[in-house]
Amino acid sequence: MKTVQDRSDGTHTASPVRRLKLTQESIIVTITVVMFAAFALFLPGFLSVGNLLTLLRSVSVLGILSVGMGVVVISRGIDLSMVATLAMGTAVAVVLAQPNPYFPQGLPFWQGALLGLLFVLIVTSATGLIIAYADLPAVFATLAMGYVIYGLGRSLFLSGEANYLPDDAGWVVYLGRGLFHGIPVSILCFIAVLVITEIILRKTAFGLFVYAMGDNPVAARSAGVPVRPITVVIYVFAGLVAYFAGLLTAGAVNNINTRIFNSTLIYDVLMVVVVGGIGLSGGKGSMKNVVFGTLLIGTLLNGMIIMNVSYIQQNLIKGVILLAAILADTIFNPRDEQTSQQGDI
Amino acid sequence: MFRTDLYRKWRYRLIPDHVLGEILSKRWIDNAIPFSVLTVLVVSLYFSLPGFFDAYAVGEYSRQFAELGLVTLAMTIVMLGGGIDLSVGSIFAIANFVALYCVHVLSLDPLLALVVTLAAGIGCGALNGVLIGYFKMRAFLTTLVTLIIFRAVVDMLLLRYSLEISSVFPDSELWAQIGDGALFDTVPYTFLIAATILVVAHIVISRMRPGWHLMAVGGSRRSAYNAGIKVRRTVFFTYVASGTLTAMAAYMYAARLASTGAETGKGMELVVLTAAILGGTSLGGGRGSVAKAVFGSLIVLLLSNALVQFGIQGGATALIFGLILLASVIIEVRWSKNRGKILNKVYVSPTYVRLPDSPPTEADSGSPYAVNDKLRRVDVIGLGQIEGPEDVILDSDGNLYCGTRHGDIVRFFGPDHTRHEIFAHTGGHPLGMAFDRDGNLVSCVSGMGVYKVDPAGNVSKVTDQTNRSWTSIIDDSRLSLADDLDIAPDGRIFFSEATKRFDLETWPVDVIESRGNGRIVCWYPDSGKTRTVLPSLRFPNGICIALDGQSLFFAETWACRISRYWFDGPKAGKVEILIDNLPGYPDNINRASDGNYWLALVGMRGPAIDLALQMPDFRKRMSQRVASSNWLFPNINTGCVVKFNEQGEILDALWDLGGVNHPMVTSMREHQGYLYLGGIYNNRIGKYKIPGADPDWQGVATYWGPDWRAKK
Repeated sequence: MKTVQDRSDGTHTASPVRRLKLTQESIIVTITVVMFAAFALFLPGFLSVGNLLTLLRSVSVLGILSVGMGVVVISRGIDLSMVATLAMGTAVAVVLAQPNPYFPQGLPFWQGALLGLLFVLIVTSATGLIIAYADLPAVFATLAMGYVIYGLGRSLFLSGEANYLPDDAGWVVYLGRGLFHGIPVSILCFIAVLVITEIILRKTAFGLFVYAMGDNPVAARSAGVPVRPITVVIYVFAGLVAYFAGLLTAGAVNNINTRIFNSTLIYDVLMVVVVGGIGLSGGKGSMKNVVFGTLLIGTLLNGMIIMNVSYIQQNLIKGVILLAAILADTIFNPRDEQTSQQGDI
Repeated sequence: MFRTDLYRKWRYRLIPDHVLGEILSKRWIDNAIPFSVLTVLVVSLYFSLPGFFDAYAVGEYSRQFAELGLVTLAMTIVMLGGGIDLSVGSIFAIANFVALYCVHVLSLDPLLALVVTLAAGIGCGALNGVLIGYFKMRAFLTTLVTLIIFRAVVDMLLLRYSLEISSVFPDSELWAQIGDGALFDTVPYTFLIAATILVVAHIVISRMRPGWHLMAVGGSRRSAYNAGIKVRRTVFFTYVASGTLTAMAAYMYAARLASTGAETGKGMELVVLTAAILGGTSLGGGRGSVAKAVFGSLIVLLLSNALVQFGIQGGATALIFGLILLASVIIEVRWSKNRGKILNKVYVSPTYVRLPDSPPTEADSGSPYAVNDKLRRVDVIGLGQIEGPEDVILDSDGNLYCGTRHGDIVRFFGPDHTRHEIFAHTGGHPLGMAFDRDGNLVSCVSGMGVYKVDPAGNVSKVTDQTNRSWTSIIDDSRLSLADDLDIAPDGRIFFSEATKRFDLETWPVDVIESRGNGRIVCWYPDSGKTRTVLPSLRFPNGICIALDGQSLFFAETWACRISRYWFDGPKAGKVEILIDNLPGYPDNINRASDGNYWLALVGMRGPAIDLALQMPDFRKRMSQRVASSNWLFPNINTGCVVKFNEQGEILDALWDLGGVNHPMVTSMREHQGYLYLGGIYNNRIGKYKIPGADPDWQGVATYWGPDWRAKK
């Protein structure tokens, strides 16, 4: 455990890299603070309680997704199917709770939610199995699985795109919109997911294995780490996190719109992870980086919305920032040619 | 027993087992699966959807193919270099917009518009190329992000100009022809253009230097870098090529549909990727071709059109394409991973051989091969200084030449042979050697061909390829294991290639097969051409021109026989078996001072391996299930030197039975009363005093006359 903490904290004496990494992290914190201050000064309404609550709420879904993505990326994987899981898992739960061809009266919502959970478990296990046992590059498997999950959900369960929550889903609405002593519950959910994940990564053998795999999968395997089963568990974990984020999304706006699959949400998530400082080459970073990344991207997105930047222009700006983030990542965390595999693109 | 033998003999003579392995080792075998998928698809669509292939529909498909095929080619080129380009869909949309804006709004000439469109594509591709090639960013994520950026740009432009574009109808006849025109009203022009581009791309990728560099970079970046290929620049240009080809496709699309919809090119990367991988282009790079791109795009094209005709909804289409992509990637990954394993299992294909009974070699048997210890007390030259002197030769000054495993030809200075120098470096293991009329040392270099070393030590190539035989599946024009040679009076060089299915590393496997994999090849000094003169020999090895100057003796190692081949004179073209029941495996043959010939037996036959040669299925099982280090091999640790005459009688045998100084002999050369002995796994050269031999006799003099030295 000790070595893992050393590595992720950067307290180890790997001098030049460590200094650069510290610089990257502090730069992000500084940028966030400066941007926040600038928005607060120059954007009317940015600092209002209502807007800050909106910011935190919108950030919480992004943050929860980033936690899942963060774990996958630490293990040197990537999951591009998370948004599909988010949309389709939740949609399955919602649809089954309405009158539908399978259950003409509609199920109680908690049963629908359980079936949605089952759907997520099945498809994400499939993703994990394909990556772990068929040796497919994760980018491909998850890109294709995104379409499979979406198509499966569309053709098996859905008729329309917007699917409204049933009346007995009050707890989902509470999760999405409720306040607990004045604090949005969704924020508490984000913090809970963050803390639990951080504990898992730090204090369990599973967490140790995740870092070991990200550092050098071949060495981890030689050392006896059950790389394949752990890989499956990692993708199932990411899927569960995405499903939870989906329930929160549905609770916040009272419905789940499957068009979210076609949005650029997954790139926002990637941006959070990469900008936050979790290197795509794996083995580095922790949930702290997710917090940094989430705050920066959340502030940026919220500011752009208030400034009335159009959706298309937002995409452009986000794209350029993401490109810069990946470029920085390439420079600060160069890929190890010794352990990068054929087909690892 | 007799009947089973007869059955085996004909079964292995009639069924060419080795063909399967050779087919599997072909590069085009990867195309077999997509090609059969395509065939099945075409046949089943023809019967299940009436009218699917009527003339109008086929014309429509060929227009779609022109566009999809070019974008798939773009993706293929990038993938060959080890990358991926997910931004093709967005580049397609940008180029589509640029073409429409140029023709509709700016009213440019369509050809000028083409230039501008291509420039836009090149610009987008160059951005990807700089980021991925020069900054070494990850291809997948980078192009994923440029996909968003390009798409955002196109969305902004469309928002502003789409109305303007769709309100104008260009009156350019050329533009209309590009969109709708067809040669003889049947073959669309766009299809012809795309087909031309595909053919050119095929030639560039498979036959020209940029293509080889591309394949090398994709196959192994580091090796390509070490070989001096500019890796970053190559990667950069793959993305530029991708952008250009995509822009070309978009230009055709713009001319055909004039569509300003925001959906243009959306999801195209997935379709194109599916097409490329279905065709068999591999993800890691280095494996793929234009043919694969064509197969893949045809399959995807027909499939998507069929899905539309079957009336399948959007969600299900995504599902089906996602599943096809997954399945084909899984097959691709598994196939490229296990292909080598399958090939190893299938490649070795033994055949039936029944050798004549071996003559006895016991000391008291009275046989001419009877063992003795004459070679036990040979003098030793260069002990520990050389490795692998397969052949030795002496010039008229008594200097001794031999090849080594390290690719050198070493010269020991006569007459005492204590000092040596590296005479020349060939780069491959020099095997058989001979002097030509002009004093050049000609040598068979394994893995390279036949090379010539002039008296100053300069190496030059004589030949490294022969005519390709039409019945051979593997390309047998390259010389993979040239073994021994001799030079006819008129300068023709006859040399043996031991096997064309294996190389110097794996040649022992050839004995497991014992098929006629070798041949004798002739190089003609007048024309400079090289032709195979005797094909299908079982490991032809030693070659020696007979003293009549019209024929040569050659040894077939695994057949344990010596034959004589007439290349001139009244019996020209004839082959006669001289000795067919040697007790061991013959290697080099050279002239002796008394008008007879020396023959090295590299190893002796044994009853177990002789029996195994009659059981090809046993050898096949062995090669598949047992590690090669545990295979049953012939003995090549103990052999002997024998002398035979032109009637095929054995006159003498020299052994080192105790295995002290020279147990293993692959070659021997007589010179001034001594016999010099070489061995391919030895670290020395033996020197044996021949009792009663002519002390002035020189081998080279019997070829080129006593004044050969003066000419030199």
